[in-house]
Amino acid sequence: MSAPVLDLSLVPPLGEPRINPVPTAHETTLANGLHVVVVPRPGVPLIELRLRVPFAAPTSRGAAVHTARASVLSGAVLLGTATHDQTAIAELLQGYGAELSVSSDPDRLLFATTLLADGLEPVLGILAELLTGASYPADEVEGERERVAERIAIARSQPGVIARAALSARRYGSHPYGIELPDPELVRDVRAPALRRLHGERVVPAGSSLVLVGDLDPRAATAAVTEALDGWTATGHAVEAPPAPELAAPGIELVDRPGAVQSNIRLGGPAPSRTAPDLAALRLANMVFGGYFSSRLVENIRERRGYTYSPRSSVDHQAAGASFVVEADVATEVTGPALLEIWYELGRMALTRVTEAELDGARRYVLGTMALSTATHAGLASTLSALVGADLPPVWLVDHQRALATVTLDEVQEAAHRYLAVPALTTVVVGDAERVTPALEALGPVVVGQGIGQ
Amino acid sequence: MTAAGAELTLRHPVERFTLDNGLRVVLAPDRSVPVVAVSVFYDVGMRNEPEGRTGFAHLFEHLMFQGSAHVPKMEHARLVQAAGGTFNGSTHQDYTNYYEVLPAEGLERALFLEADRMATPAITEENLRNQIDVVKEEIRVNVLNRPYGAFPWLQLPQVAFESFANTHDGYGSFVDLESSTVEDATDFFSRYYAPGNAVLAIGGDLDVAETHRLVQRWFGSVAGRPVPPIPPTGEPWPTSVRSTVVEDRLAPAPAVALGWRVPDPVGELDRYLGTVLLAEMLSEGDASRLERRLVHQDRIAIAQSSYVGLFGDPFDVRDATLLTTQVHHPAAVSTEQVLTAVHEEVARIATDGVGADELRRVQARIEAQLLRQADSVLGRTLAIAAAELVHDRAELAGELAARLATVTSDQVQAAARDLDPGTAAVLELRATGGRA
Repeated sequence: MSAPVLDLSLVPPLGEPRINPVPTAHETTLANGLHVVVVPRPGVPLIELRLRVPFAAPTSRGAAVHTARASVLSGAVLLGTATHDQTAIAELLQGYGAELSVSSDPDRLLFATTLLADGLEPVLGILAELLTGASYPADEVEGERERVAERIAIARSQPGVIARAALSARRYGSHPYGIELPDPELVRDVRAPALRRLHGERVVPAGSSLVLVGDLDPRAATAAVTEALDGWTATGHAVEAPPAPELAAPGIELVDRPGAVQSNIRLGGPAPSRTAPDLAALRLANMVFGGYFSSRLVENIRERRGYTYSPRSSVDHQAAGASFVVEADVATEVTGPALLEIWYELGRMALTRVTEAELDGARRYVLGTMALSTATHAGLASTLSALVGADLPPVWLVDHQRALATVTLDEVQEAAHRYLAVPALTTVVVGDAERVTPALEALGPVVVGQGIGQ
Repeated sequence: MTAAGAELTLRHPVERFTLDNGLRVVLAPDRSVPVVAVSVFYDVGMRNEPEGRTGFAHLFEHLMFQGSAHVPKMEHARLVQAAGGTFNGSTHQDYTNYYEVLPAEGLERALFLEADRMATPAITEENLRNQIDVVKEEIRVNVLNRPYGAFPWLQLPQVAFESFANTHDGYGSFVDLESSTVEDATDFFSRYYAPGNAVLAIGGDLDVAETHRLVQRWFGSVAGRPVPPIPPTGEPWPTSVRSTVVEDRLAPAPAVALGWRVPDPVGELDRYLGTVLLAEMLSEGDASRLERRLVHQDRIAIAQSSYVGLFGDPFDVRDATLLTTQVHHPAAVSTEQVLTAVHEEVARIATDGVGADELRRVQARIEAQLLRQADSVLGRTLAIAAAELVHDRAELAGELAARLATVTSDQVQAAARDLDPGTAAVLELRATGGRA
């Protein structure tokens, strides 16, 4: 065939990008301090539940032990109460289509489930029972911590996990965010009394937030929450992580993984918080650079050079600091050239303006996919839980869309200059050191990192 | 039928028509959110690949994103994403699909893009070489450079089945991928990507009459071609245990997978639904039989899961397929211990059946999961398309919650009897990677 030529007259034109409204959120704060957000939404007869409890390590000194305990607690909280054992709790939930997952990260503990719409009251009842009466039976806790330790060992054998952990450690040092996965030996030391104490001190309603989205009546749902969780009276403060440092270590840290057929390249640095004026501009700069398929990074190292399958960049928010992160898993033999192209594309972003078409495409994509990601019960519930957990109102979603709609080329250029310049980023490579070191040394000083578990 | 199942069936009526070129079209309007999903399912998957061309269905899927007669390279992505939409494609055992989900005003743009590549994809030497490199990196990320990369989906079928169609590596060998030619690709396209071999499904915020007109406008001019017959992929049922041991030098802990042949998902759907429910009962959540026995009671497993269909979707496959149980366990626990416990739990259901309470709870959980999938415009559009292609009935997607709610204890018991320890395929993964 002859080379394809795009005839734009064939493609139906688009209207102006739209600011999507946010469904009305009914907000209440209970007497015990729990922030409750209820959003009725048309669609399937389900409700999505998210309970977010701030759970950061209070200090760097205690972070390793806290992280280990949190990793066991998130499974062990489901092991039983005075009146129900683990199986009984799971069966009660299952009868309403629910299965409670509890997960921890450096900022919070998150209880999440979907449930059939007629199960709200009983599921809230079980949730309340766990919050106020999880018993952490010693024998079952022992089983749980052994499983968690084994799962961590498996996770630590994944190259993507090794790379993420190395980047966090290099960026944050001894700050709690420097710990991507707990030490299995510390996990094996966790005992039931420590979990009971941690639960008592930290699983508290003040500072926590409950989000319900779906097929519900807001008044009845709020009343059901009040009724069920009124007795959750544990007192204490929510603990947020201390401000995150950015060590910005220069050069390339190389974590040796002998025999690896790919290298995992990761770069990370600071990004604006959700309330910073330049967040919208940086998010759009991120898109143009590597945030979606239509980006410079994908066009260069995937579609032109075939170095990698899924290169990408993203902006991630944690309570004590946001990040701009670049990721690419590339064939071992092109590790040096791939990092060179990544640096080249970063430099081009930092120093030269993006085009009108690039900005327009990125803007429309971000606005459109924000609408898509909140077009399900589950998507909206998770989005609102993250916002409310960051002390932001649901209307932030509208304000942020307005900000995205008005970002200028100059603002994108300024944000890229500040956040995408290579010296602002920390670089880590996981790969076969014997094969990739010479090429990486041609690009900059290489230091050998410890990695984890390998 | 439960109330929710009835509502789901009613809320998503399906409209269908066929174009002169043979393209089957299914429309599922639902205007509750301003989002539309467009998907094209071609009736060709990994099982259709000829010997010497392993991985070709998937490689060809990549080529379909390289542009088409009126769409230069990279422009497919830009036209969808600059409309505020997302896109992707995926290769399955029995079909290959492509989709866009975007704000409703982008509907015609997506139809133009799908029609343009259905007519004339940009199959060139340069694009082919580039995408062979990209696919090799995809295989390195997902299989070669990580522990448990081929476990069990690439390794278990080799133990469980006999025919080339069912046993070969659907990701492809590097030798086969690298020797692929432009001629192979144009032949593959000509044979399998005929409009009559495809289903176009559109769901979400659409007007039926207007969409009918747009589909006719963009797809009506794609020339019809002969459609190849669907090759039978069924096999005789196994009569013995087959076992294989593989070594994984990157894995820190061992694992084992069992695969049992299950009834024909299409020809024996009622019997098959009992198997689907059984898989849930065995492994979904803390209340399930295997989680309780292996993880909590005996503490011989780190994690377990059971599912029907190679990729875990029981309704997107034809015969032959498996119920797979996979268990990750500590090195101190023997494979035999795990197998014995799994067989005992299956035998308990085969012998005693299941109580009404447990059955009802599992059905409630399945119903919630199906509803959750249907809450997403894309999720239900893909389910409808797969039901039309595999089962010849798009409506089945909306009826599944109700159908599963009528499965009886006897059906689950019968399904458990099908999981005969004497006909299981067993894949043992030995971890030779050492420990931290």
